[in-house]
Parts: sequence; C-alpha cells; structure tokens
Amino acid sequence: MTRDLSPFELAPLVQRELPSAAVSPTTPALMVEPGSLLAVARLLQESPTLKLDYLVSVTGVDYLDYLEVVYHLASIALNHRVVLKVQLPRGDKPTVPSLTSLWRGADLQEREVYDLMGVYFEGHPNLKRVFLWEGFVGHPLRKDFLY
Amino acid sequence: MWDTITNLLPLVGAALHDFLYGFLPGWLAYLLLGFIFIVILLVSILNTVLAFIWLERRGISRFQVRLGPDRVGPMGLLQPIADAVKLMTKEDIVPAGGDRAVHYLAAVLVFVPALLVFAVLPFAPGVVFADLNIGILYIIAIGSVGVIGVFMGGWASNNKYSLMGAMRAVAQMVSYEVPMVLSVIGVVMVAQSLSLEHIVQAQELPFILLQPLGFFIYFAAASAELNRTPMDLLEAESEIIAGYHVEYSGMKFALFFLAEYANALAVSIIVSTLFLGGWKLPLVPPYIALPLKIFAVFGLMLWIRSTLPRLRVDQLMGFAWKGLLPIALLNIFITGGELLIFKGYPSWLALVNIPLAALILFIWSRLFTIKIRATATSARPAPSARNV
Amino acid sequence: MELRTQPFMVNIGPQHPSTHGVFRLRVIFDGETIVDLEPVFGYLHRGLEKLGEGRTYTQCLTLTDRQDYLSAMNNNLAYVLAVEKLGGIPVPPQATQVRVLVSELQRIASHLFAIGAFINDLGAFFSPFMYMLREREKITDLFEMLCGQRLTHNFLRIGGLSHDLPPEFMPALRALIDSMPRFIDEYDQLLSDNEIIWARSKGVGVLPRDLAINASASGPVLRGSGVAWDLRQADPYLNYPQFQFDIPIGANGDAYDRFRVRLEEMRQSVRIIKQAMESLPGGPVMTPDVNLALRLPKGEAYAHVESPRGELGYYLVSDGSINPYRFKVRAPSFINLTTLRELCLGWKLADAIVILGSIDIVLGEVDR
Repeated sequence: MTRDLSPFELAPLVQRELPSAAVSPTTPALMVEPGSLLAVARLLQESPTLKLDYLVSVTGVDYLDYLEVVYHLASIALNHRVVLKVQLPRGDKPTVPSLTSLWRGADLQEREVYDLMGVYFEGHPNLKRVFLWEGFVGHPLRKDFLY
Repeated sequence: MWDTITNLLPLVGAALHDFLYGFLPGWLAYLLLGFIFIVILLVSILNTVLAFIWLERRGISRFQVRLGPDRVGPMGLLQPIADAVKLMTKEDIVPAGGDRAVHYLAAVLVFVPALLVFAVLPFAPGVVFADLNIGILYIIAIGSVGVIGVFMGGWASNNKYSLMGAMRAVAQMVSYEVPMVLSVIGVVMVAQSLSLEHIVQAQELPFILLQPLGFFIYFAAASAELNRTPMDLLEAESEIIAGYHVEYSGMKFALFFLAEYANALAVSIIVSTLFLGGWKLPLVPPYIALPLKIFAVFGLMLWIRSTLPRLRVDQLMGFAWKGLLPIALLNIFITGGELLIFKGYPSWLALVNIPLAALILFIWSRLFTIKIRATATSARPAPSARNV
Repeated sequence: MELRTQPFMVNIGPQHPSTHGVFRLRVIFDGETIVDLEPVFGYLHRGLEKLGEGRTYTQCLTLTDRQDYLSAMNNNLAYVLAVEKLGGIPVPPQATQVRVLVSELQRIASHLFAIGAFINDLGAFFSPFMYMLREREKITDLFEMLCGQRLTHNFLRIGGLSHDLPPEFMPALRALIDSMPRFIDEYDQLLSDNEIIWARSKGVGVLPRDLAINASASGPVLRGSGVAWDLRQADPYLNYPQFQFDIPIGANGDAYDRFRVRLEEMRQSVRIIKQAMESLPGGPVMTPDVNLALRLPKGEAYAHVESPRGELGYYLVSDGSINPYRFKVRAPSFINLTTLRELCLGWKLADAIVILGSIDIVLGEVDR
C-alpha cells in the first residue's frame, strides 16, 4: 500500500533543510509558496529518505479567489506519496516555476494546465497550448470562462 | 483424340488462320488475325486479373477469420466488377500543384508495360503471341519500365507521402531487379535458351527441383517487385498510407490497381513457366495445367501477404544486397560448375541441389540476420516481477 | 560536389491509418530519418473536464466511459473509487469482486486490441488484428450480456454496480476463461519469435528505466522499461491483495518489450479472473442509500487504478454541492506521450509508427 506522507511531518523536515522555504502543512497537502516551489521540489526529489521520483499529476484548480496548482508526487523506490499545492493570485499572469527540469513528466501536464487553466510555468521549454489551438482566447477550465 | 484435346488451342488458332486466309487478302488476314489474338489475350488477362482480385479479397478474408465480400453476386463473384464500375464513375482528380501531364502519363506508363509482358508468355505449346527467342530478356527489360511510371506518379501528385513512396519504389525496385535477373540466369544456363517456350520444353523435371535456390530468390525478389507484404514498402498503409498512388482516383487509380494485379499475374505465369514446368503436367491438358499453376503461385503470394509483417526500408535494402545477391551469385556459380562437370544437366542433380539449397539457405540465414540495433540497458527485477 | 539537401516536413495525421485516432505528428525528415518530431493534440478535445463540472456526480459517470473507450470499465472504476473515497461510501463485497472481474476482462480486451493494432503498425496485413478482434469480441459479448453495452458500459455505480451478474454470465465467463490461455499461447507462438517482428521492434524506441520514471510513464510503457510498478500491487485497490499474480516487466524498454509485457499481462489477468471467479461472495451489489443527486463533503480526493494504459487517476474537488467542483483526469496515454520525441529521434518513419503503436494511445483519453 502506498503510504501517504503527512504534510505535518514533512514541513519541519523541509524547513530544516531549506530554512528559507515558505511551506505550511494543511490536511491533504503541503502548501508551498511559488517562489520556493522549485527548491522544495528538488529537495523532495533528491532527499534519500523521500526520493519522490515520480510526478503523478499536475492539476490546476480555480478557487475564484485564487488559483491552485496541485502536484501529486510519488516514490516508486519507497512507495509513498505526497501532495504539494501552490496557491497563486488570479492576476494577469499567474506564474509558477516549471518543474520540467526535475521531472520530464511535467512537460505535457504543465502545458495542459497552462492551456486550460491559464497558469504560466516559468522555465518551461515549450509552453504552448496543447488541446486548444493557438489564438484561442481564454482558458476554459477557469470558473469565469464564458462559453 | 488425346492429341486433339491437348492441342486444342493451337488447333483452333490454326483453323482460324486457315479460315481467314481462305477468303481475305494476305495483309488483311494478317492484321485481322493479330487483332483477334490481341483481343483474346487482353480479355483473358483482364478476366484473370478480376479473378485474382476476387481471390485475394476472399482468400485473405479466410486467413483473417472473416467472410470477405459476399453481397455482390454469388459468393461475391461480381465484387471486382462492381468495384470497377465504382472506380470508373468516380471523379478523376489531379491535385492542386500537381503536374497534370505527368500525372496522367504515369498511370499509362505503369499499365502498359504490365500488359506488354504477356506478349512473350507461352500458354501452351505453340500458343504464344510472339515467340521471341530472347523472351526472358524482354520480360526483364519491360518489367523494369514500370518503376518509371511509379516514380512519375509519386512525383506528379505533389504529395509528400507519394513522393516518399516513389523514392522507396525506385530504391526497392532497382535493388531487387539485380537478384531477380541473376536468379533467372541459372534457369537459362540449365535450359540453354532465352526463349520461354524452349525453357518449358527443356523441363523434363520442373526447374524448381533443379534450381531450388533460383526459385527462392526469384520468388522473393519478384514479390518485392510486386510490392506485396512483407515488402510492400511503397504503399505501406500504416506508414505512407498508399504511397505513390495516394492522390489517384477514378480510372487512373483503376489503371494502377489493374497493373498491380496484371503484374502479379505475369509473375505467377513467369514463375510457373520458369520453375514449375509451364503448361506441362502429366495427364492434364496445357490450358488447364497452366492456370492451375498460376493460381497455386498466386495462392502462395496471398498466404505470405496475409501472414507476415513488413520490413523497414533499410532492412529491405539490406535483404536485397546482403541477403539475396550473394546467394544468387552462388547459385550461378554452382550451376555453372555442375554444367561444366557433367556436360549437361542430368535430372538426378535435383537430389544434390535440393539439400544443397536448403543448406545454403540455412547457413545464410544464420550468418545474415536483419540487423537489430543493440541495446544496453539492463533491468532490476523486483521481487514479484517476472521477466518477459 | 556536395549534395544539397533540405529537411522535409510531413504531417502524419490527423487523418492517418496509424495514429489510432485523430492525432497528429509533425515530423521533419532527413530522407526517411526523423530529425524532429512534435505531437499535436486536441483534435478530439471535448472538454470533458469542464463538462464534468456541470453535471452531478452520477451523471459524470457517462463522461468517464468516453475517455478511454477501449477500457471503459477501468475508467468507470477509477471514477467511482474517487467518489467513494471522497464520500466514504461503502461498497458491498460482491460488487468489489465483480469490479475486479470486469476490470481484468476489460484489460484483456484492451491489450488484445493494443497488440493487434501494434502488429498492424508493423505492417502485417490485418491478419493478427482480426484474430485479436475475434477474441476481444467474445469479451465484448460478455459485457453486452452483463450490461447491454459493448463499448461504453457504464456498468459501475457509485456505491456498487448497476445490477448483479445475470445468471447466464458465469458459465459464459468460465467457457471464455478456459479457452483464453490457449489463444494467448497461440498468439504468443505466432508473434513473439517472428523474425520480422524482432527486426522491427527490438531495440526500437528504447525508453531507459530512469527516463521512464522521470517522464511519468506508466502502465506497460513503464513496466516495459523494467520498473515493476503496478498499482494493483503497489497501491492495491478493490481486493487485489487477495489474488496471486506477477508483474511482467521488460528488460530493454523497447517496443518489443512493451508488446511482450502486454501479452504477459493478459495471462496474469486470466489468472486473476480465475481466482476471482472461484470466490464470489454473493449478496447485494449496491449500497442502498446512495442518492442520485449525491452531495459529497467538502474536500478533495485522488483515486487511481491501473488501467490497461497505465495509471488512470481521478482528482475530484468537492465544494459540497451536487456536482464536482473540479473533475480532473490523469490520463495515462496522454502522459506516456511525453517522451515520444526522444524515442523517435534518429529512427525512420516506419519506426515512429511502431513506437507510437507500442505506447498504445487512445485518443479519447489523450485529448479528453
């Protein structure tokens, strides 16, 4: 059975390794500030006790007040998993650092989130729309998208 | 009585000849006779082609546990005719930007050589349209013209898939011509003649027994020439859709389609003639024996087509140059040696040649394998995992 | 003199016999060698995730069928598992066991299709495909007997099944499962040692182990690369822990290994079905008090199953209303395509088709 790592155990661990990282544990997920996402993700991937080598999915959720990007991470080596969340203000251009440098698997998924939810992934090598055509106006999975 | 039955075709021809020359001036009778024979030949070719198309569709459907076309006519026999009607009434499209003249010419250039080949093929003793004494040379020369039409078709279509198919066609057909010609040389050496009629008459024993290696090479190369699976690269459906004729429709496509099957028919006849004893079969009149052999050869092609997957371009070329060419040369060498030693080609050599051919093919297939790119990753199986 | 050449751009698809749907590859060739490749998605995008937000939880079930239409049962399963996880809805034991049965049957059907299409991509003239379809047909017949549908079953329900197995189902299933190993062996013998299949697929499209994990590959693609990661054992759902089965893995991670993994998985599925058939507990198949206009507590849940194509996950966010606030699908064949470019570079056109076939995409799921 895949073990769910508790964000409350994880947060101090991350704080110890990365004192500058802005993380806060909540019930299902570890909240990370966009600025420290890349560092935290790299720590989670490389730490020998965590070894989260598998990015299960990247999801964008629109909570009207803010946007949220959810990362489901798992470890194939150690068989446990973690949920990371990043909250972004709904500005002109909500931006998160791209995780493609850590997980190749983020490539298409981040493009999908960009396409449908309008989250910009900084550092993504090829941030283009996936499903919709170039020139499509708006991001349909946003709650305020009119169709 | 038996003579009359076996020689039915020449007798009818002679009777027609005498009848026409009886009351017409010589030149007119000559022309008329030629015309009548051409019509008979073309009609029988086209009918056999239709039969092939039906046989292929029904036969392959049997290999594939399905029924095949069975709605038009009894057992779907009229299906090829329905297809022909459909093709003829379809709109004929030349793609935008395509070369209109070449696009037309290509279909003709593919179709005409396919028919021309039949001029020298003997159907029974004395029944041949033109008994050329260099019949085989003629067949090979005419047979290689078709590739020009194929390339023209691919080029003129202004389509990338067609162009790719055409490039493949040229590479493949030119390559496979070489082992094909070399394999025929063995037969010519044994028969001591280039005339197809003489070759048939020289076969007291079918040459497939005396020249098994030659048969294998010829058959492999010919199926590549016909671009049938496993060598149907020029129209590889899963890769380049239909290859060089992807942009053809209507009657022009029908010409390509007919040419393909006319070529298959020609190859079946050539294989029967060169290796299976032509019209010769004990106790069977020639006009039944030859069709039997033709359909047997075509059935073999059908079987192969419905069984094997396709080779890749480089593998296919490798098979021609590294696989077939050396054993074709070896075959000529062996045949020449045997001719030199025995001053002739006694029938008992079949007992030597068949095991020898099997041995050579076996050794060659061990030495020459289609190249498999080496990989260097290793796996670490988990406890409950199982390697496949 | 130097021959002047220029790269050659070809659009493979969206209408092409080998893209398994409306999928487009923009390929740049140097001769027949691929120098660049870009997959283009979206020709079958129906916005299912958006549609889900406007439907009730029960209605969403029909959307799941239409994603991976070759394994609708697994899609139903992943979705109902997510809803049940979020709502804490119990499932009767009989329903759980039947879910195992149908999802393994669906796996066999889907793998049959995948292998048939793969061999077709290798250039066989439909013969293996037709034989595979013949076997798949028997399974679709079973599903038709079970729920009246052959493709989009919609058989599972939140909290159980739409109904119990009909009485004639078990004998038919038994007959099918008894005959299945013979057919699988036959196909194995026919295909696995074929020289041309070896030449065309061995060493082609090698996905190294580390890259497979890093690129979030899943299912036979991941296992073909030698990673023994199968959610049925790694994170068991339903009652998979009760059953004995192996995880087939490949050694090289090439197209051939992926094909072999699928073939072997069918055998393992037969094993599971045999065990599950013997121990059907009986009893009700539906939790009685599941409302059609179900309201789930506020929160979120992610549930995943091992679908024939890989890790199929549903991420649901509920705001307490009758429809999901967010209805997200982790589509395995979409994510498996991440490395398509790397796999194809330097290979020939024919190999790209083979590699795509070995990944086994279903466009309904890729584009959603």
